[in-house]
Amino acid sequence: MTTYQNNDHLAGDFYTQNFAKTAGEGNLILNLGPQHPSTHGVLRVVVELDGEYIMRAEPILGYLHRMHEKMAEVKTAAQFIPNMGRVDYGHALGWNWAFVGAAEKLGGIEVPERAEYIRVITCELNRIASHLLWWGAYLLDLGAFTPIMYAFDDREKVLDILQIPTGSRLTYSYYRIGGVAQDLNADCIRRIQEFIPWFRSRLPMYKDLVSDNIILRKRIEGIGAIEQDTCRRYGATGPVARGSGINYDVRRAQPYSVYPKLDFVVPTSDLKDARGRYDVRMIEMEQSLRIIEQALDMMPEGEVLVKGAPKPSWKVPAGETYFAVEGARGKIGAYVVSDGGKNIYRTKLRAPGFCNLSLFAEVSQGTILADAVAILGSLDLIIPEIDR
Amino acid sequence: MNAIPAELLRIIIGLVAIAVSVGLIGLVMVWVERKVAGHIQRRPGPYEVGPNGLIQPLCDALKLVGKQLFMPKGADPILFWLAPVLAFLPVLLLFLPLPVGDGLQTLDVNLGLLLILAFSGLAVLSVLLAGWASNNKYGLLGAARGVAQAVAYEIPLLLSVLAVSFVAGSLDLAHVVKLQGTWPWNWNIMTQPLAFLIYIVSALGETNRAPFDLPEAESELTAGFHTEYSGMGFGLFFLAEYANMVVVCSVATALFLGGWHGPVLPGPVWFVLKVSALMLLMVFVRWTYPRVRFDQLLVINWKWLLPLAVANLLLTAFFVKLAQFA
Amino acid sequence: MIKEALNTVSDLWSLMVGLRVTKKYFLDPQVTVRYPWKAVSNIASYKGHLELVSAKAPGKPKCISCGMCALACPSNCLTVVKRKVPKPTPEQAQAEAEAKAKGEKPKDKTPKDPEQFLYDYTLCSLCGTCMENCPVGALAFTGSTYLAGYSREDFHFDLVQVLKNQAGLEGVDASVAPETAESEA
Repeated sequence: MTTYQNNDHLAGDFYTQNFAKTAGEGNLILNLGPQHPSTHGVLRVVVELDGEYIMRAEPILGYLHRMHEKMAEVKTAAQFIPNMGRVDYGHALGWNWAFVGAAEKLGGIEVPERAEYIRVITCELNRIASHLLWWGAYLLDLGAFTPIMYAFDDREKVLDILQIPTGSRLTYSYYRIGGVAQDLNADCIRRIQEFIPWFRSRLPMYKDLVSDNIILRKRIEGIGAIEQDTCRRYGATGPVARGSGINYDVRRAQPYSVYPKLDFVVPTSDLKDARGRYDVRMIEMEQSLRIIEQALDMMPEGEVLVKGAPKPSWKVPAGETYFAVEGARGKIGAYVVSDGGKNIYRTKLRAPGFCNLSLFAEVSQGTILADAVAILGSLDLIIPEIDR
Repeated sequence: MNAIPAELLRIIIGLVAIAVSVGLIGLVMVWVERKVAGHIQRRPGPYEVGPNGLIQPLCDALKLVGKQLFMPKGADPILFWLAPVLAFLPVLLLFLPLPVGDGLQTLDVNLGLLLILAFSGLAVLSVLLAGWASNNKYGLLGAARGVAQAVAYEIPLLLSVLAVSFVAGSLDLAHVVKLQGTWPWNWNIMTQPLAFLIYIVSALGETNRAPFDLPEAESELTAGFHTEYSGMGFGLFFLAEYANMVVVCSVATALFLGGWHGPVLPGPVWFVLKVSALMLLMVFVRWTYPRVRFDQLLVINWKWLLPLAVANLLLTAFFVKLAQFA
Repeated sequence: MIKEALNTVSDLWSLMVGLRVTKKYFLDPQVTVRYPWKAVSNIASYKGHLELVSAKAPGKPKCISCGMCALACPSNCLTVVKRKVPKPTPEQAQAEAEAKAKGEKPKDKTPKDPEQFLYDYTLCSLCGTCMENCPVGALAFTGSTYLAGYSREDFHFDLVQVLKNQAGLEGVDASVAPETAESEA
């Protein structure tokens, strides 16, 4: 039994050792991740445990860093669009829009109205798909295996619809500077019109199976309460901020595209806990359906790509601008600085997940391990987006 | 031939039959679980190997047997390998006093119920050993949860069972069954509905089945106490889990659902049918609900199940005494 | 007190409701498509890897080797190899020189279609920028979802060769056995 005393392999790497320096006596340092079922990818959280109670938690990032911002410096504006679909696989079109919008703003390009409506419709469909993915994965975190299958059943339908104009199912690169790549055809519009009532009829089932379930309610009610103040300090946006009662939605606060013409409610919740965030997302899905319905009615005929749309070699005029859209996880921002050269000088992407994750260290303190998982899930993290 | 006592022969035959049937039940239950889970989730489940995927669990078992037995560095080799064996062996003993049919019982003892409860207590030890010996933090946390949970849930389980044996005046399962009748209204569930409910909930907790699968809570502790087990080490834990399910369902059938009693069909068939129905319920529960939190699990036990079970037991005792006087 | 008790009952009832939902779907037909025997119906609109659009003559690409696609590609996965100008025979050279002397513009006899159109599918992100920038519409997406290979090199195509194979094997899915660029060279 010579190996019994040898615990070298438990010493950990730089982060763990650094973290361990300030650990309390007799506390357990545990690495959640980078490979862990509830971190949705390769997030790593080092936690200090006293029994099952979390004394401290520290998220460690960078396992999925792909240098998107650096890549932007060596590509022309139009060539960078495919990258945006890869930043966040959940809500790829939101990212498409943020960058395309910034380039358009800098280039002073008017987008045809039909293209704006198509953007709204596809972006909202993508939001529903993203929320469904979150819903299923969150329930999986909480130990319910079946909901994710039902969610994917519905999500498949959204992906089928989005596949018609975009040609792909997850990492879309559909928006172009000055419009969109393709028009929605009749088949696509028919499918969307069929999808809306169908998905509405599914929502009560979600409520019955999960939202009303007493075990789920006990798991998420009162867990991970985030004060508005904390939200503001960390720059949390999206459903996380709205779940804390902050009525901030980029679609309303900094209106872009045709959103001002559309009638929808920005759901907020005063519960501030995981339940609040859960509710906000569930209502958001319904609101997205409403937006799509209206946009379909109001969509005019016409071009989908502005005449003389920029070619790949198009040089973005010198200047700097910031354009933000409301993504499924919060405010997606693209800050573009151009010196008028072939490539954009610098692109900074604001990932909502990064700010939302920063909350975790503070919120999870003093909770038990199972709650930490519930909180982590309720922040709706997509790691590639956080690392970029 | 006279050298071998009839009782010993019976036990040997019974043990062989049990060992075979536990293996078979394990395989069938894996298939049923995956099939039911699949259909709930609108998938077909396994369907590729054999008719409707019936051979799939066998292939999986073969794969498990063929895998390398791997032990992490720093683990205690003796305790590490003792744990899965310890999880599996007592389960075989649990089957001894189960009355499948009238007289169809391996070991006819008048303390059958006590035997089952005593041996099922050993399962905790294997969880603890597995978690402790594998030198893994997740394993340790899982083991700690497992022990707290098993200790807590054994009490209401015991109390609910006691209530029935008070009525029957015996700890012999066969005797309890004999006192019940053919039709559902002759079963103990009619006189002891609360005890039945408590029993089912604590049985879920006792067998570590979802929503009480805290020791192996996948999303929190990766796989809890059996994180480090591969191959047949994991296979034995897996088999023990299903065998334990069969035992608790069988006991529930014998105590509350009239055992082998039932119209038309022969006794053992009824017994198997009732056990299957209960197992199906357990499978459905697993694939429907989220997992409860650890402190909630204990709250359910100490604040709800235990007081209710005690009250139920006191009431039962009161009425039993009343009936004696009357 | 009564309210609390009622709450407890409704809480427990919510568990029953959940079981009812799963029971309903348990009995409902499955939605899974059993893949190797049945294909999913939604791949018609999927855009797979690139292919060259053939001109009127089958097997001859529309492409004029201008290289706009390669220039536009964000991930540099396209290489267009132009046809080399065949060395003029002495007679041709003489004729050309005569024509030049007469002041006629020399006729470009070299065919414009590319010698090779190398496409590295491992790098491609299927964004469609190349198609949009092709002046003659010589590129298109295939609907091929089932492309698979044993090595990295299996995804290096010469699209000209693929097109030729496609023309030669009428009615057979060309994406099944595309020639690799390596086997060309």
